[in-house]
Amino acid sequence: MRLPLIVLIFFGALSGAASGAAPPASRAAPPPPAVSDLNEVMGQLAMRQHGRVEFIEQHFLKVLNHPIESSGELRYDAPDRLEKRTLSPHAETLLLTGGVLTVERAHSRRVMDLHAYPQVLPFVESIRATLAGDRRALERLFHLDFNGSVARWTLTLVPLESKVKQSVSQVRIEGARDQLLKVEIRQPDGDRSLMTLRPSTLP
Amino acid sequence: MMVRRAGVLILWIGCVAFAAFVVARAHYITDLSAFLPANPTPVQQLLVDQLRDGPATRLILIALEQGDAAARARVSAAMVDLLRKDSQFSSVNNGEAVAGQRDREFLFQHRYLLSEAVSAQRFSASGLNAAIKETIENLASPAGLLFKSLLPRDPTGELLNISDQLARAPAPQSRDGVWVSADATRALAVAQTAASGSDSDAQSKAIDAIRAAFAIAAGNLQQGPNKGVQLRLSGPGVFAVAARAKIERAAVRLSIASGILVVALLLVVYRSLPALGLGLLPVTTGALVGVAAVALGFGAVHGITLGFGITLIGESVDYSIYFFIQSRHTLNGVAGRSWQQLWWPTVRLGMLTSVCGFASMLPSGFPGLKQLGLYSISGLIAAALVTRFVLPALLPGNFAIRDVTPFGTRIAALLQGVRRIGRSAIVLWSVALVMLAVAVLFHDRETLWNRELSALSPVSIAEQDYDAKLRADLGAADVRDLVIVSGADLESVLRGAERAARALQGLVDDETIGGFESPANYLPSMATQEIRRSSLPSASELRANLKQALDGLPLRADRLQLFLEDIEATRHAALVTSRDLVGTSLNAGFDALILHQRDTWDALLPLRSAAAGRQIDMARVLTALKDAKVDDAQVLDLKQESDALYASYLSEAIRFSLAGFLALTVLLLIALRSPLRVARVLAPLVLAVLGVAAGLAMAGVHLTILHLVGMLLIVAVGSNYALFFDRQAHAQAGGGEALTLASLVIANASTVIGFGLLSFSQVPVLVALGTTVAPGAFLALLFAAISAPARNAHAQHS
Repeated sequence: MRLPLIVLIFFGALSGAASGAAPPASRAAPPPPAVSDLNEVMGQLAMRQHGRVEFIEQHFLKVLNHPIESSGELRYDAPDRLEKRTLSPHAETLLLTGGVLTVERAHSRRVMDLHAYPQVLPFVESIRATLAGDRRALERLFHLDFNGSVARWTLTLVPLESKVKQSVSQVRIEGARDQLLKVEIRQPDGDRSLMTLRPSTLP
Repeated sequence: MMVRRAGVLILWIGCVAFAAFVVARAHYITDLSAFLPANPTPVQQLLVDQLRDGPATRLILIALEQGDAAARARVSAAMVDLLRKDSQFSSVNNGEAVAGQRDREFLFQHRYLLSEAVSAQRFSASGLNAAIKETIENLASPAGLLFKSLLPRDPTGELLNISDQLARAPAPQSRDGVWVSADATRALAVAQTAASGSDSDAQSKAIDAIRAAFAIAAGNLQQGPNKGVQLRLSGPGVFAVAARAKIERAAVRLSIASGILVVALLLVVYRSLPALGLGLLPVTTGALVGVAAVALGFGAVHGITLGFGITLIGESVDYSIYFFIQSRHTLNGVAGRSWQQLWWPTVRLGMLTSVCGFASMLPSGFPGLKQLGLYSISGLIAAALVTRFVLPALLPGNFAIRDVTPFGTRIAALLQGVRRIGRSAIVLWSVALVMLAVAVLFHDRETLWNRELSALSPVSIAEQDYDAKLRADLGAADVRDLVIVSGADLESVLRGAERAARALQGLVDDETIGGFESPANYLPSMATQEIRRSSLPSASELRANLKQALDGLPLRADRLQLFLEDIEATRHAALVTSRDLVGTSLNAGFDALILHQRDTWDALLPLRSAAAGRQIDMARVLTALKDAKVDDAQVLDLKQESDALYASYLSEAIRFSLAGFLALTVLLLIALRSPLRVARVLAPLVLAVLGVAAGLAMAGVHLTILHLVGMLLIVAVGSNYALFFDRQAHAQAGGGEALTLASLVIANASTVIGFGLLSFSQVPVLVALGTTVAPGAFLALLFAAISAPARNAHAQHS
């Protein structure tokens, strides 16, 4: 009983968490031809070793009359360390390293292995792979749709596996060069979450 | 004469047949009750229950090693899948989430009875407001996805509460979907057997089932995807089964080896097959009678009695050696007197001194020792009687063994040489040796005795370490420290467990303990459930409270219709019973923490230490429970309790042994009627025992109860030697010293061979016996020979 419940909890967590690690600084690069824009963005993302941004996340849920918000900070270290520190409304730290997720709240600490849950893994992997600029890893699990230019792009990820489709219908990432600006996760029932990112001003 | 001989033989055959009948019908027990007290105190009874049937004894820890990580995970999944279908196991877990759906349904259905948060306050307007607000805030956090769908039915988040309640136990790490060790080099699983851990046969079967499932799951290990993956098992049942096999193997191998050696020795000495055959009659009759006596006296025979008993009556092989070799002397017609007249009194006295020694085991609280005592006493008496009455009756007319007089003469000459160093020198050396031995023993007095039960365990240190490592990785408490609540029925122990849990929570908060488990976490008492159920408001009241509570929250009351229905349903639903748990994975957890025997129920609350390797202050736990007036709870530190138990056996055995020695001295005083002679008989034995004890202490060995038994054996065997020398010095009829010496040396050689071989065994208890008795018997003979007065003036002048 414990694990499936936890999985679901983490699953929700990661829908926000992994999306956030946008590297703050931008690099000057000449715009390449449109067909290789995705490669160019991936290449730039792959160059980033660390990132630290603030996030504001809004959840639009049909069951509620108005959206709820949370905020905090995201840190990313290439290639697979991702930390989401929620400060408001509740303190909570979520750490993803090498496919293992640790969640710490006021009185609890849980460790879980995402490999165990195929329905969760590709989803997390998509975000991690985007941050790592790992296009091949993304394409193993998602259909990729790239729009815009290197300077301002939108990457839409649609799960290939039906299991993942049951909980997530689409992940939409907006960015500028090697920066992630917005991550939107849509669920099949119409609910969605939107995470907006900006350079960290936290100490 | 013929009639008397026939009478003796008929009586003997009758006794043997009766003994064989009893032995064949006897009940044999191989569990560890031989080590458990026969008349336990209440705390000891708890210990006995835990060691026999406690949840810890039913766990088999399964590790998969070698191969690659993916292969280990694959094999783990396939193997556990097979084992889950096997009714021998009440649960098998490797971290895979399988029972999820059923469990979730159960918990969700009964959430308002199971959640600790449920109270009247929680369903008041303000309570509802706070709970729903928290749930909504949780939606912004990782819990979101789950609670979004559950919100209309569970707006107060009781399912998450229950999940937290149950998740208090630390979970192992996972990789590739299965539990792994901290360094991820092993895949781990835990199987809980349905049978109790003390049922070695059932444990053995369960272990075989795991091995078979592994073989199927792993497939071809030489090649293929799962190449090289290896299975390794640990846990109390595994140890018990391995120990049994090991002891059986060692006992069989060593008996065969020592049997061959002793038989070869006797053949060389006797050069007579009939003598060899007859020579084994006393010991075999003794063994048979010994087992029969134990079966009649105790109702059941412990495996330990069968395994070690025969080594204790090895002395009876000596009887026939004395008889054959010394009879030659009488056959030669010296003084026209028979062996029975000349030598039997000495053998009888030697046998009686041994009986005095072994009698000291009888009053022990250690059932294994008690049985060994009775076995040795009855076996020795039977063997001596067979030697005295049956062997002479069976001797063929033309019976002859090789004349060992030349051998004895050579030894006598050797002895003369040694004795020439002079009496005062011998006394001086003896005193020096005693002082040295006493000095060594005094120096090591603190560490001389090993008072831990594990000293007797045939489980090697390496295996114990491995077990500890697996337990640490699994986060499985080794169930060393327990709070036990006893009562007349399930309800009362669950209530007690709930009260104890409240007291223990305070200890968790101040980090006296790291945590605890309780059966009430799985199934609250009826009383608690009743309180929760009656705290649920009526539909109209709840509706009114909810309307007020939702003021200012982004949730409309009409979305919570299902919540209202569920609460109303629970108000009229039956309470959850242990039967409802069946079919969920919670049942195994609950079952493991409830013991039911006869009309007593025990709820077990295993404690976890606050940090790895840190010991729990059980005195503080007890104080906290007493302060909270949880009077039906007791605390139990299994290791400390079992060590205390063993230590009490040990000190008791030491006391009884000293008493036995005293009795033996009195016996000799009566028989020999001379304190000086008694002192001369006892001196070599004391010297031998002290020498061996000091030698073992110098070798860094901590003495156990089996070493003590070994010392009794030194006295038992050695007293024969000393008495023969004494008889030799004081006998009215002279002569025969060469033959006496020869018989003693040969008897001693067979003893040293037999026990010397035990020293090479892997089983600690056998090693303890072997390393004590082999050198001790040799020293006893040596000292007895050196210190014995030469055929002295007394005999010659009279």
